[in-house]
Amino acid sequence: MSVSSDHGEMSPGFFDRLRAFYRRSDAAKGYVLLSPVMLTMIALLAAPLILLTLYSFWTQVGLKVDTNVTGDRYRELYEKQAYIDIFWRSIQMSGLVTLVTVGLAYPMAYFVAFGVKKNKFIWLILLTIPFWTSYLLRAFSWKIILGYNGVINSGLISLGAIQEPLSFLLYNQTAVVITLAHAYAAFAILPIYVSLEKIDRTLLEAAADLGDGAWARFWRVTFPLSLPGVIGAAVLIFVPTTGDYVTPALVGGPTGQMIANLIQIQFLKIGDWPLGSALAISAMAGVAILVMLFATALQLAVRRIR
Amino acid sequence: MADNIIRIEKVTKQFAGGAKAVDDAQFNVERGEFFSLLGPSGCGKTTLLRMIAGFEFPTAGEIYIDNQPSALIPAYQRPTNMVFQSYAIFPHLNVFDNIAYGLRKSGLSGGELKRRVNEALGMIKLDGFGARRGDQLSGGQRQRVALARALVKRPKVLLLDEPLGALDKKLREEMQIELRQLQKSVGITFVFVTHDQEEALSMSDRIAVMVKGKVLQIAPPQELYEAPGNVEVASFIGSINLIDVTVKSVGAGEAVLDGAGFGQLRARAIDDLKAGEKLVAAVRPEKLALVSSRPGSGSFVEGTVKASAYLGDRSHYHVFVKGRTTPIYVAAQNAERALTGGFDTTKSVYVTWDWQSLILLRR
Amino acid sequence: MSAKPAHAPARMGDPGSGLKLFAIAYLIFIYGPVLFLPLFSFNDSIFVAFPLKSFTTKWYEQAFADEKMIGALISSLQVGGIVAVVSTVLGMFGAKAVTRYQIPGQGLITATIMLPLFIPEIILGISLLILINSVGISLSLITVTIGHIMLCTPFAMAVLSSRLHGFDRSLEEASMDLGETPWMTFWRVTFPLAAPGIVSSLLLTFIVSFDEFLLSFFLAGQEPTLPVYIWSQLRFPNKLPSVLALGALILIASCVLVVVAEWVRQLGTSEQKVGV
Repeated sequence: MSVSSDHGEMSPGFFDRLRAFYRRSDAAKGYVLLSPVMLTMIALLAAPLILLTLYSFWTQVGLKVDTNVTGDRYRELYEKQAYIDIFWRSIQMSGLVTLVTVGLAYPMAYFVAFGVKKNKFIWLILLTIPFWTSYLLRAFSWKIILGYNGVINSGLISLGAIQEPLSFLLYNQTAVVITLAHAYAAFAILPIYVSLEKIDRTLLEAAADLGDGAWARFWRVTFPLSLPGVIGAAVLIFVPTTGDYVTPALVGGPTGQMIANLIQIQFLKIGDWPLGSALAISAMAGVAILVMLFATALQLAVRRIR
Repeated sequence: MADNIIRIEKVTKQFAGGAKAVDDAQFNVERGEFFSLLGPSGCGKTTLLRMIAGFEFPTAGEIYIDNQPSALIPAYQRPTNMVFQSYAIFPHLNVFDNIAYGLRKSGLSGGELKRRVNEALGMIKLDGFGARRGDQLSGGQRQRVALARALVKRPKVLLLDEPLGALDKKLREEMQIELRQLQKSVGITFVFVTHDQEEALSMSDRIAVMVKGKVLQIAPPQELYEAPGNVEVASFIGSINLIDVTVKSVGAGEAVLDGAGFGQLRARAIDDLKAGEKLVAAVRPEKLALVSSRPGSGSFVEGTVKASAYLGDRSHYHVFVKGRTTPIYVAAQNAERALTGGFDTTKSVYVTWDWQSLILLRR
Repeated sequence: MSAKPAHAPARMGDPGSGLKLFAIAYLIFIYGPVLFLPLFSFNDSIFVAFPLKSFTTKWYEQAFADEKMIGALISSLQVGGIVAVVSTVLGMFGAKAVTRYQIPGQGLITATIMLPLFIPEIILGISLLILINSVGISLSLITVTIGHIMLCTPFAMAVLSSRLHGFDRSLEEASMDLGETPWMTFWRVTFPLAAPGIVSSLLLTFIVSFDEFLLSFFLAGQEPTLPVYIWSQLRFPNKLPSVLALGALILIASCVLVVVAEWVRQLGTSEQKVGV
């Protein structure tokens, strides 16, 4: 086999074959384009999450971390009733928030999808704007509304409706639920709107033709077909709210604390990162399982609507 | 007195913007007949169908369904059912539940419901397809499910909105025959909307031709084809040759006419013909014949073949006649087997016809 | 003239007028509470309480006299600018790859990239903190920027994907058929048509980064971003009104930017019909 030393005359080598493959292959070109994003996300998302998981199996000893794998942190969590209580409390509050938000968002999304003929765009913009504004400020505005000397109290007093300020408005679970429901309201609308908008209107005509009045048409055709949007909205609200830090910190008081507040304490105050990691991983896993159960249950229930 | 299951009484539909989708329609549909609404896109036939179904309401006039005025009856309470152009199969339900949809609240027992649906599945020859979903079916199968879903409710009238439009030619022809047989065996009145004239001609008991919102003529297929009421209908159905003529004299059932380039023409008289009246004489291409030598008698005209198309079973010829810019279309059966043929484009040919094949039409 | 039955709606599925009232009430519910911020930012009192005192702009003056606040504002602007550009570029690569090519495993890859939108920020914050600590970098605006890039890239990719999705590939093919290299085709054909989506992505990722609190809280060093600074001021009652003033300004600015971004985004959709 001759090996030419001329530059222009190499027998088809590895790089030539690679180049030919690249030119032919759609997938190869796609991967190359995708690589900057993939690398970024691997470095900034996958790697940190993997480290997080690892940390949850390690131990904090003074200022150092003992990397012997152990399940002690998890055991520590499940043995302390306080942690379990906070987990369920967070789930409950988020569940309530999800219910209220999705329940109110559905009619609103229905209105824009079916009731608005012209200028749908304006309605959609009006509903999306809150989504993009500072969450911190929106949560904070409730703090000043519900406060002891806040908007509601001072308003009611100057109207003469009450003599003393109401103290039960702020620093409890109710305040957290109200604030979260308000802050996340916009999240629910878009997924539901999209799935409603996609529904083929002739299906409703067919249902009417086959004998269904307006309400029956809604339950038997519109609602089942909008279910993916409803589930999407529910997940979009439930998951972030269980892990919310800002609202419980601002308006929750001692009884309204959620998981995220505990995690923050572990990381930034106490410094037991392994325990904090275990807390985070457990919470994520718990939420994921609950979400899957919920989605499956809802789908099975709606499948019976014929 | 005919038993009219649908009466369209001076129905007009005007949309915002002024255009009249349906203009003063007046006709009846008899119980048990296969009635077609035929016309080009935008002629108002679908609008008329939707008014019968209850999805639109007339701006003027009244529609009687089984002698009940329908103005106050919403779509979901009418004894009509529709097969939609897009089929409108519910994607979240399987075939069985789709067909059963309209029966769910009718108080049938579970067993009876199942029996009816399975019967319907058998009728459309989709036994065993009950568990499949819409996206697992072909276009033709979805069309049949839509049909079964409507028929299982045993409506008084079945409305079909261009149901075969999305199917390929062979399947369409099969379905045309099947639908016709189905209609005869089930005995339900069908109101069928289409823009395809062959479809309407082959399936219907009677056809209503609609153009630009107006009903031009209602007649059984053969009458529509051979005795169109005016030039518009004549040109819409099939192809036709139109010759401008002036009446020379009218005799016993016969008229003598003057046609440019044709000399004198002889035709069957129609009502109220007066000498000097200007009309159109029309003749279908298949009623004409081409011969190379000059005939001794009968109606004929001399011309030259400018273009021809060989279609296997028949051939089409464009014959130019002096005094006419538009060619005469002749459609001749290739009755004799020949490997080559056609007419010499340089020599004269003669177009012949039976004088009774001419139809006189007013514009 | 036949009467239309009272119970026949104009179109299938149309809601009644009751729903319109609900819709308006809903909008009031969404926007109402936030409007108290601007309202009390002009109130001459350090208490957010009725009845209103006299009108004043002194809180705005006070806010802008605060050097630390200005510093935090500038930091946020810098971080936001960098994050907007980087995440839009990354998102563009990703969107192009996903819409233009058939990539095996596409669904999984896209889901992974979109993951930050579905994981609570606290988890993202602590895991990044762990990573940064392990690598040995100290916390600063740079670490904040990195965190924001991770958070905003999925946003950018989502906006740009939906933009490129309706893109007529034959336009690019025509360009190459007429002799242009892929690189020049991108600049002469793809980029101008995708421009509205790019502008929209830049604006939206900027807003997300500018308003972002929790990640910044975990990842910031000595120099805070504006939201982190505001958070630190929240426990000082006398600072409250200037926080309101600042907040009101931020809200209005965000609204304007979002409206512009959405308007630009839908602007291009009719343009794409050119050539069809």
